[in-house]
Amino acid sequence: MGLFILRRVMTMVLTALCLTFVVFLLTNLYPNLEKLAKTEGNMRMTDAQVESWLGANGYLQPLPLKYAQWLGIAPGFVSTTEDGATVGHCIQPGVDPEKAPRFCGVLQGDWGQSTVFKDSVTNIITTRLGLTAKLMLWVMLLMVPSALLIGVLAGMREGSRTDRTLSTFAISTTATPEYVSGVIFIALLASSRYGLSPLLVEWGLIDGGTLFKGTATSAMENANFGNFFLPVLTIALYGMGYIARMTRASMAEVMTAQYIRTARLKGVVFRNIVMKHALRNALIAPFTVIMLQIPWLLNGVVIVETLFNYKGFGWTLVQAASNNDIELLLAVSVVSVIVVLITQLISDIGYVFLNPRIRMS
Amino acid sequence: MEPLTWFGAYGSSFGPLLLVLATLAITCGLCAALLAFIDNTPRASFSLFNGVAVLLLLLVGFTYVYGGLTGAEGGAMPLSTLGWMLGTLAALAVFAAMLAWFLDNFFDNPAAFMGILFKWAIYGVGAVVVLWLVVTLLWQGAAHKEWLAGFDAADMPPAEEIARHRYISRLESLGILANVAIRFTPVWIALVVLYGVSIRYKRRLGLYGKLFDSVIGMIGFGLVMFWVFTALFVGVFDMIATHAALEQASGMKNKLPGTPLMRAGPEEFPFYLLGGDNLARDIFSRMVYGSTIVIQIAPLATLFAFMVGITLGLPAGYYSGKLDTALSFLANLILAFPVILLFYLLVTPEIVQTGLPQYMAMVLFLFPLVFMGVLIQSRFRTQPQKNVIWIAVVLIPLFLLYAAAINDGGPDSKIRFWPLDFFDIPPGILVVFVAVVFVNSPTVFRIVRGLVMDIQTRDYVAAAQTRGERPWYIMLWEILPNARGPLIVDFCLRIGYTTILLGTLGFFGLGLPPESPDWGTTINEGRKLLSIYPHPALPPAFALLSLVLGLNLLADGLREESLKD
Repeated sequence: MGLFILRRVMTMVLTALCLTFVVFLLTNLYPNLEKLAKTEGNMRMTDAQVESWLGANGYLQPLPLKYAQWLGIAPGFVSTTEDGATVGHCIQPGVDPEKAPRFCGVLQGDWGQSTVFKDSVTNIITTRLGLTAKLMLWVMLLMVPSALLIGVLAGMREGSRTDRTLSTFAISTTATPEYVSGVIFIALLASSRYGLSPLLVEWGLIDGGTLFKGTATSAMENANFGNFFLPVLTIALYGMGYIARMTRASMAEVMTAQYIRTARLKGVVFRNIVMKHALRNALIAPFTVIMLQIPWLLNGVVIVETLFNYKGFGWTLVQAASNNDIELLLAVSVVSVIVVLITQLISDIGYVFLNPRIRMS
Repeated sequence: MEPLTWFGAYGSSFGPLLLVLATLAITCGLCAALLAFIDNTPRASFSLFNGVAVLLLLLVGFTYVYGGLTGAEGGAMPLSTLGWMLGTLAALAVFAAMLAWFLDNFFDNPAAFMGILFKWAIYGVGAVVVLWLVVTLLWQGAAHKEWLAGFDAADMPPAEEIARHRYISRLESLGILANVAIRFTPVWIALVVLYGVSIRYKRRLGLYGKLFDSVIGMIGFGLVMFWVFTALFVGVFDMIATHAALEQASGMKNKLPGTPLMRAGPEEFPFYLLGGDNLARDIFSRMVYGSTIVIQIAPLATLFAFMVGITLGLPAGYYSGKLDTALSFLANLILAFPVILLFYLLVTPEIVQTGLPQYMAMVLFLFPLVFMGVLIQSRFRTQPQKNVIWIAVVLIPLFLLYAAAINDGGPDSKIRFWPLDFFDIPPGILVVFVAVVFVNSPTVFRIVRGLVMDIQTRDYVAAAQTRGERPWYIMLWEILPNARGPLIVDFCLRIGYTTILLGTLGFFGLGLPPESPDWGTTINEGRKLLSIYPHPALPPAFALLSLVLGLNLLADGLREESLKD
């Protein structure tokens, strides 16, 4: 077991290294650097000015060296400005250049500065991840129970009308990407001129405004049903169908097993067969699916946070990527690769614990 | 000119009937579904709760029917009616729950009874819709005749004015929905012909014919073919659309569905059927034009992803070992990227400048050639003459296409060595295409690899090995045909996923130009004013939804039918 986890961790580190290098490579392509220089300096820079700006900030060093600097295994970039002061990547403003550390990279715990937000990357990532964690928590709380319920109800009598209805529902949710369902929800439930809200105002059920809020910006401080339900529902709905289908398949398979037939012949009430005999065995497969669904939900998070203007991790990703904020983007990709690989690890380990028939190799 | 109404001149007479039947259908359907959950519960006797339930049930029922009748009286359906319907649906659910509970206490098999009632209500809805369409079509000139009767024989208006008035009054009496349906006439005809022929000869058509045994599969296939035919008729014959995709009309900015054009030319369609967007372009036409982009890119990109995935997945699964480890690591690496980050890294104007998409296209587009080459070579290795002919016939055209596809004469192009460059892919489309293929192929690779590992243990593979067949022959001519079932199903699903990805790209404004009519971009344009003007974003959203839903249902039907044998 220990060896297994160790090997997985090694793979994880290797993947993270390769992935960050690819990100590094793509963000350091010259046109991207030029865009960065123009947004940081000014838009009307000439080519020569762009080049000198990039040179002064250390962007024109060879790529492997820059990557090593970011990792913290090569000394940070240092240069002298026109008025003789020494500036460098590792030298914080107000710190004596002599006393500043030579290395400042990920290994030293320094993730660098964001050029868009003018803040340290560590700060940004922790606050934004916190916000997204809140979103994901509610998504999971809504998505998992309802998906399991739909799956179990559909799978306990395979081919029945209930099964067909619920399966069709599950298929249609997987066919509705977040940017479609989000748009439909906002148009129907969060518009003050159309949809349900004007009607409810007319009936006097809600006073003014709309039933739900079309933006979730206020949910960052205090989330309530009105401003947080739509984003949560939008993400949950897309993920729900897949889990429900997996649960249904697994439940349908379990219901044909010999011990279920025995229980039926013994005269156990159908409800008890489902609750006591079938459910536990049927829930092994969905567990893996749920864990593997988390990185997939990350996509939904990016779309929904952009659509509802909820400034979490996904929103940060879009901001960092569209402004070529190199160090923030690297941190974002490290975090997402860790999320992907850890969920894979948990799903593998959990599968073994839930299903004693599988042996670790 | 008056704005068009949703249901046309006869909507007010058929609307209430339709509403009552729809109410009945929804109630019975919900009731039957609920009863299916709570069956084999012991019967209770009549209690106070039952009395209250019956009273509430009658109250809700009356309110709903009354509200529905008065709501539909005007003939026009404002968008807020959608909200109204949603609200009443919620009320109906409560109503159905109570009705189910109530029935369950008194009748023996209420679920079956409700099921039958539901079926008849649905038939009723269908009949009313058909009747409404027929009446509307037959009497569409009535208003015009009335108008004509108002003139004396002496001072008749000029012939052009009469013709124009007849045209417009017909459109007005048809209403928005019927007009939209009529615009799609070529698609309906094509669908009817296709379904007629397919059902007639379904026993001779293999897996495709079997699709017509499953209702789900037929519905899914219908939705998919609807958009395929739409794209075909719009793209090739320029039919369905009422206006050009980029045409702007003055005063039509954010106008509601059915608004007449202010100064329509004599040849022009005088209405914006689904309203105007924030640049005063016709939403209906843009949605229809958008289908051509999606239908062009999504299946082809999926096919390329399959070529890449199959060409790499077969040896990885067959040989295992180091090759498998390396390729799997690569695939997992790409899969560990959040898709949107990858898009942002690959699909920006800056990246297009570096020529990276062209280099990626150079590699990714090579896979179909490799695949076809190996396929033929492994089959005809022992017959050199046949081998040469086949390779020449297949590979030379493919190579010409390949060279023309990767070469581009544009100013930013990095690859332009090939003289016979007879077409250029616009850089926006190319970069989107490459990105989508790149994102999809690792998943296909994993599926193929898994299938190969499973099929490898079969006896017929062992038999081929004993016969002394080469590995590539076994992979391509023994294993691959036996993996076709799951691969076809996954192909359908993956086209849907690719459509979603294309929409995602459009949603973030990546790749395609901002004025492009594809669905993702139009949703992105529409979402900015969503809470004030929802109508520009909704049609492309529903179009995308229906296409992906169709593909998913089609895949489901295919899976069901291929499992049967």
